[in-house]
Amino acid sequence: MKKYNFLITALMASVLLMTSCGNQNGNGGTNSALASNNAEKVYVAPGEQDEFYAFMSGGYSGNLTVYGLPSGRMFKEIPVFSQFPTSGYGYSEETKPMLETSFGFVPWDDSHHPDISQTNGELDGRWIFINGNNTPRIARISLSTFETEEIIEVPNSAGNHSSSFITENTEYVVAGTRFSVPVPQRDMPINEYKSNFKGALSFISVDPEHGHLDLKFQLMMPGFNYDLSHPGRGKSHGWFFFTTYNTEEANSLLEVNASQNDKDFIAAVNWKKIEEYVNNGGGTKMPANYAHNVYDESTHMATSTMKKEVLTVDPLKVPGAVYFLPTPKSPHGCDVDPTGQYIIGNGKLSADLTVHSFDKMIAAIEGEKFDGEAYGIPILKFEDVLAGQVKSGGLGPLHTEFDGAGNAYTTFFISSEVVKWKLGTWEVIDRKPTYYSVGHLMIPGGNSRKPFGKYVVAMNKITKDRYLPTGPEMEHSAQLYDISGDKMELIYDFPTHGEPHYAAGIPAELLAPKSKKIYRLDENKHPYAVTSPTGSKVVRDGNEVHIYMSTIRSHFTPDNIEGVKVGDKVYFHVTNQEQDFDVPHGFAILGQNTSELLVMPGQTKSSVWEPKQVGVWPFYCTDFCSALHQEMQGYVRVSPADSDIELKWSLGE
Amino acid sequence: MKKASILMIVGPLFLLGLYIFPLWNIMLGAPQYPDPLGMNIHISGLQGVNEFDIQNIDGLNHYIGMHTLPKPEDMWEFSTFPIVIGIMVALGVLVGILGYLKKVSYKWFIGWFLLMSILGILGMYDFNQWLVDYGTNLDPNAIMKLTNPDGTPMTYKPPLLGHVKMLNFDVTSMPATGGWLMFAGMMFTLTAGFLGWKNSKKPVKN
Repeated sequence: MKKYNFLITALMASVLLMTSCGNQNGNGGTNSALASNNAEKVYVAPGEQDEFYAFMSGGYSGNLTVYGLPSGRMFKEIPVFSQFPTSGYGYSEETKPMLETSFGFVPWDDSHHPDISQTNGELDGRWIFINGNNTPRIARISLSTFETEEIIEVPNSAGNHSSSFITENTEYVVAGTRFSVPVPQRDMPINEYKSNFKGALSFISVDPEHGHLDLKFQLMMPGFNYDLSHPGRGKSHGWFFFTTYNTEEANSLLEVNASQNDKDFIAAVNWKKIEEYVNNGGGTKMPANYAHNVYDESTHMATSTMKKEVLTVDPLKVPGAVYFLPTPKSPHGCDVDPTGQYIIGNGKLSADLTVHSFDKMIAAIEGEKFDGEAYGIPILKFEDVLAGQVKSGGLGPLHTEFDGAGNAYTTFFISSEVVKWKLGTWEVIDRKPTYYSVGHLMIPGGNSRKPFGKYVVAMNKITKDRYLPTGPEMEHSAQLYDISGDKMELIYDFPTHGEPHYAAGIPAELLAPKSKKIYRLDENKHPYAVTSPTGSKVVRDGNEVHIYMSTIRSHFTPDNIEGVKVGDKVYFHVTNQEQDFDVPHGFAILGQNTSELLVMPGQTKSSVWEPKQVGVWPFYCTDFCSALHQEMQGYVRVSPADSDIELKWSLGE
Repeated sequence: MKKASILMIVGPLFLLGLYIFPLWNIMLGAPQYPDPLGMNIHISGLQGVNEFDIQNIDGLNHYIGMHTLPKPEDMWEFSTFPIVIGIMVALGVLVGILGYLKKVSYKWFIGWFLLMSILGILGMYDFNQWLVDYGTNLDPNAIMKLTNPDGTPMTYKPPLLGHVKMLNFDVTSMPATGGWLMFAGMMFTLTAGFLGWKNSKKPVKN
């Protein structure tokens, strides 16, 4: 018997050995073959271009970054809510008004969720919208100039997080408040939060031609935290869905106190119904104070106006407009599938996903099957609206995107993975690790009626050892997966700038052909523009000196200026005369208390300089524009305040 | 003679294309100009292939001291050529009609062709003279004064026909649509002359 045992053990050991040997060989071979195959998938050869644009929010950079997929190459950082010395955005006289708010000039924000304009639920590539979270704002960015064109402040809001998501014909860009606050703001004890604070959901209309934003109405909801949102589409077009947490209405130690309820809600808002109510004179106008900043491409200037009124809507005044769908465990992401049938609540404190059915929701509403109410808003029965639950085995589901082929992809923050599952059967098909702690994910068009399900990008919060270390602070990491097959394949890993939260992707062929190459000089309506170097001049108006300056390779006109005095306020209005693609000129002068200007062909930008010292001070072109860039310079003579040196200017004398 | 006369009427009409299409085209490509700069030479003036090409060619050429490209009013050719072409078209069609009506012989066809050819050669000569002036009459204060390996000052005459490498630019000069139409039209008139000549050799019927 003993011998027999020994034999079996020996046999088993040898089998194990063989197996492991075999595995090693097999794995080695497969991995390298796979790796080279994956390299081909992400390799965009020199001179070739990427298949997709990816617009990633900058998070605490306040901006929006543009990447190519599959290469992961960064093309541009578009300044939105933050001053950007690289181009002079927020420093130049023309763009300072973009950052005006009711709190004055706010040079920074925390940008979160970009969303590309749509027509009939499909990406149309006219504009991209993004929210500023900290000082609530919504921005619209042109996708022909890739520049911020408009920023509207959102009053009565705080922590503008369930934003900026658009309806399927870009009728509205929607901005919901994460933090409920007293409305109107007033001095009151914090611990009287409960039932006193309000959560404003703002519907900002988008002019179909120019994209101009107008705060149409604010729905004043109970004081929960409105975390994320997405529009209904297709059959559910006309509805908007918001996840909530802190339905406990805690005002302190939320990590505990807002995690007590087994279920929070997804708020389903029938905005078409409210729109009709508002169009028929419904709603209450309340005094407000919020900035509306518009950049005009023809004058190359922004203007800021303060709006003084906002239309608020009490949800109880519009019967049938708002319902609560119970959703387990403080749901974070709120995502709607391409058909508009399924509303996915990503319960971040659970392992499971809750999927609600739009049809069942409508049936439950029609059958008036309510399970009580919250502040007068009917709560639907969980079982009546539930389509299914995805038993994922992961932990901390956050966000879901769709591939248009009946599959959904959900990120799991705690277990650091992307899980692919099937809509309708709720079965898990595949799961792949992310590195590490993934937040949002993005499939180009993945939150529209027509996703382009070739790649998914996972945007991670923690980088650790993925790249060469750069001290304690590192860029975030992103992973690219090929999702064209049954199983996802991790094919690339690249760092991203700032802290991308959400991103929006679009096929390059929809944007690249209409990307502007120059601004036309003959369309430049800037009041201080010079459309020919012969128009250059210097004009004194009291202690203000306006220099109408032109640039062309490789000189400034004028480049010698005398008669400026200490105490003057000198405006350099620089117009780039070039009409050639990718030939900007820069401008900077010694001692300038602001940033440089980077002026695109045909554009005018202005910089203020207040000379404090007598002397002869050089200025120069900061962009290596040509072979004679180093010669592109000039001098300003600054005389004492009481001198009587006459103003004169010249070039080549 | 009927066939020949019809060709003689149609041929000169092809020259009308010169009022719409460019006679000649010069393209300048360089690594930093993946979309090459180009100019179309019309009988009435120069035009950029893309809207701002002329301005951008001038901008580049100022470094090496070349003069700016002429505006229509700067050269007598651009006002004269359209008139000459108009007269030649009218003359050719008239000759064709008269041939059709048997008022003139095929020799007039050949005569028109020869006259047009002489004018064409003169035009080319004139064009080349301008190219020489444009490429060699440089500003003595040019920013960059380059020399050939043998020490002589470098000049920048674009080719009349074909391709030349000029500093970082590949310069290609070719007839354009209008030029090809003119060539085709002239071939028609030459054929007309040939057919007329062959016809005159045949014994007269009846």
